[in-house]
Amino acid sequence: MTDANLKIYFELNGEEQYVEIEPGESLLSLLRSLGMKSVKEGCGTGECGACTVLLDGRAVRSCITFAAKVRGRKVTTVEGLGTVDNPHPLQEAFVKAGAVQCGYCTPGMILTSYALLSRNPNPTAKEVRSYLVGNLCRCTGYKKIVEAVLVAAEWKREGKWR
Amino acid sequence: MAVESKRKGVVGENVPKVDGISLACGRPKFTMDMDFPGALIGRILYSPHAHAEIVSIDASEAERVPGVACVLHFGNVPRIPFTTAGQGWPEPSPYDTVLFDRKVRYVGDRVAAVAAETEEAAEEALRLIKVEYKALPAVFTTDAALAPGAPVIHDEPDAEGIYEAQRNIAAAVDVPIGDLEEGFSESDAIVEATCELPFSQHCTLEPHCVIAYFDEDGRLVIRSSTQVPFHVRRIVSRLLGLPMERIRVVKPRIGGGFGSKQEVLLEPVAAALALRTGRAVRMFLTREEVLVSTRTIQPAWVRVKLGAKRDGTLHAVELEATLNAGAYGAHSGTTLYNVGSKSLPLYNKARHVRFHGKAVYTNLPVSGAYRGYGANQGFLALEVGMDMLAEKLGMDPLELRLKNHIQPGETSPIFERLGEGREGKPQIVRSCALEECLKVGAERIGWYEKRRNRRREGTWAYGVGLACAMQGSGITGVDMGAATILMNEDGSFRLLVGATDLGTGSDTVLAQIAAEVLGVPVERISVYSSDTDFTPFDKGAYASSTTYVSGNAVLKAAQEVKGQILEVASEILGDQVGELALQEGKVVSGRSGRAVELWEVGHRAAYVANQRQIGATASFLCPESPPPFAAFFCEVAVDTETGVVRVERFVVAADCGVAIHPKLAEGQLEGAVVQGIGQALLEELRFSERGSCVNRTFFDYRIPTAADVPEIETILVPTEEPTGPFGAKSVAEVGIDGPVPAISNAIHHAVGVRLTQAPFTPERVLKALRER
Repeated sequence: MTDANLKIYFELNGEEQYVEIEPGESLLSLLRSLGMKSVKEGCGTGECGACTVLLDGRAVRSCITFAAKVRGRKVTTVEGLGTVDNPHPLQEAFVKAGAVQCGYCTPGMILTSYALLSRNPNPTAKEVRSYLVGNLCRCTGYKKIVEAVLVAAEWKREGKWR
Repeated sequence: MAVESKRKGVVGENVPKVDGISLACGRPKFTMDMDFPGALIGRILYSPHAHAEIVSIDASEAERVPGVACVLHFGNVPRIPFTTAGQGWPEPSPYDTVLFDRKVRYVGDRVAAVAAETEEAAEEALRLIKVEYKALPAVFTTDAALAPGAPVIHDEPDAEGIYEAQRNIAAAVDVPIGDLEEGFSESDAIVEATCELPFSQHCTLEPHCVIAYFDEDGRLVIRSSTQVPFHVRRIVSRLLGLPMERIRVVKPRIGGGFGSKQEVLLEPVAAALALRTGRAVRMFLTREEVLVSTRTIQPAWVRVKLGAKRDGTLHAVELEATLNAGAYGAHSGTTLYNVGSKSLPLYNKARHVRFHGKAVYTNLPVSGAYRGYGANQGFLALEVGMDMLAEKLGMDPLELRLKNHIQPGETSPIFERLGEGREGKPQIVRSCALEECLKVGAERIGWYEKRRNRRREGTWAYGVGLACAMQGSGITGVDMGAATILMNEDGSFRLLVGATDLGTGSDTVLAQIAAEVLGVPVERISVYSSDTDFTPFDKGAYASSTTYVSGNAVLKAAQEVKGQILEVASEILGDQVGELALQEGKVVSGRSGRAVELWEVGHRAAYVANQRQIGATASFLCPESPPPFAAFFCEVAVDTETGVVRVERFVVAADCGVAIHPKLAEGQLEGAVVQGIGQALLEELRFSERGSCVNRTFFDYRIPTAADVPEIETILVPTEEPTGPFGAKSVAEVGIDGPVPAISNAIHHAVGVRLTQAPFTPERVLKALRER
């Protein structure tokens, strides 16, 4: 920590955070240091989407987002969506559909899907595919991920989301 | 202490993956998700040269950087030849590697390692290590490496197990069966094809990573993203001179493997840094480091020559393979053998067969274990060849397969003559539903209709193609897995397995096998896996072995535990063991109809009478390697103006025996098919004239995205494998063997050109169209 460090205030998963950040620190690094280990590094250059978080409801890649950028804004990680005992329907849908294999891309996939469904609650499979284009998965072949998003969308339309 | 007795999680049901919800909720389950305050950062210095001698190395300035704890290089680390391959013992790969060498053999080879308090200090130290190189002539193709007078890549005197170091041949094989020449002279139709698969990479989303530290008792703990925790322990023990009982290797959740994490790359370095400094050391590779310096597929040049009788019966088959081993020979020999051993038995009607080839060192990155493991290289050539043969005979390619493929009850001399890097074992195929796979796949893709009526829309030409494949389930006589099951006093269970779940879902599958025997839902079994301190030995996750080998171990352990449960229940009920049945959470007497709940059994054994731990450890040695089979069908569209190939639809029909968890089995096939589509259309590591990898990011090295993937239909065609746990066979690899040849064959159907060099890029397709 040096004098050059900056103190910022932001909201993380509904809780106020007042933290010191280093110049040039990435949002990925800040979030992981705050214990948000769901935020994964897969490439560090914004190409794989494993580090996706929601910034004011929009999906962003935290590895190429400066931590300073979230000052005064709302950040959501998958930890903020649901818990093991009380998972979010999207998280349940991913498990139910078999969309989770190794699980490394899963938090980013879920958050990107969340952003999609908040914009478009009734997407076609093709729309899901093109929306997820920035989130790489090497395990599933994407088929069950797309199925999971479509199931979660249906649940959302049926009012089953909280 | 009431126990839910309704049986839910059993074999054949899509129970929730045991780690699914915690992964979806982002729980800290991966190697790097554990914080070690004060841990050092480990970084590696890589060679900028493809082939060079290190004349001198001076780390004194680097060591003076504030925060630098240690620099390792050939000058201060013992020289012990080994292989990074991460295989069982005795290791079939040559001992042609040392931790840090006086010589570098590819751009990205390891020169030195640094441990420092911060990333910045580590980076600074890497910059300040002074290395004087004497560049040597380098070779990048197998032809150049085999040419007389080529530089010898492994001229070190202490290497062991290299086939012919002076000629850069890491491994070689030649297995003739029958009389090939006579076979071809007796054939009515002969075709020949040469196919190439380039350097490509696994691209697990989680980069290679490890944390090494000393626990409160001074034992070395290695927390690693590995496929082979027990082999890591053995190899690190040997390299560091630490006895095995002082090493614990833990594999937490791992972000994908596909073979890349069978290689023991970072663990010895992190352990050596931790040992030297007495501190915890974290290493996490960047994506660029993964692409440039870790491991790749075994690039292959494969030639196939097929001779058949007029009726389509295969009579003579020659398969020749040359693998580019890259700078070190890890997995080269075993992959080479598998090119033939995994592909040739599929068409066992041919009487005259020869498989020969070699794996050749070059100054390119090291090719290692990659899903498919030679089978995909073999099937690429074999299945393109079969398509050509069908064309020459005027037969439907589907009919040609149906006429020639192996049937249940049959064998192939290949099983005995070719194993993994050595002779194999005779084997009979006890289960095979390839015929049904072919028939149902053909129906789903609309094979006969689409073969007859080729579609064209504007500049787009459509075509359909197919390929078949088989794989194995573990390595016969080599692979052993063990499992321990312990009953808790409330009637629940702990399942401890050395088996390594890479994300495949094997923890879930193994729990299902135990649950099925013990008559409880999967939720009543906690699974703990891959920790060398707490779980029994397992060879690790490779060679499509876990469901079959480790699954059989779980089955045996569960049966023993069941026997003990019945004994305790007989003490309670006063019935003979033979009169009791274990079902739905209780033991029921067939004589009196009386029942005792499982919790009562556990409770009695722990606290009441004749107390003992109900539990068993069982192991299973792979007795044979039953092959799963698959048929692949695809429809492609080829833009005759731009050369772009689009896969429109893909159908995979597979026989993996009884699918313990159908959704997970489908997921294995779908993931493998898409990886194969990547190999067919997108993926190729490219190198500069100096042998330096040029596509070092996901921007330049493209893997399939959700938008690249066609509609995939996955069909599981069940058989019952008599030697498998509840009839199961493997499913992890077979799915990657078919997409490349199926797509090549579909392109041929669409536009009449044979694409044999993957990936089938627009440039290559256009070139082929122009040369037509």
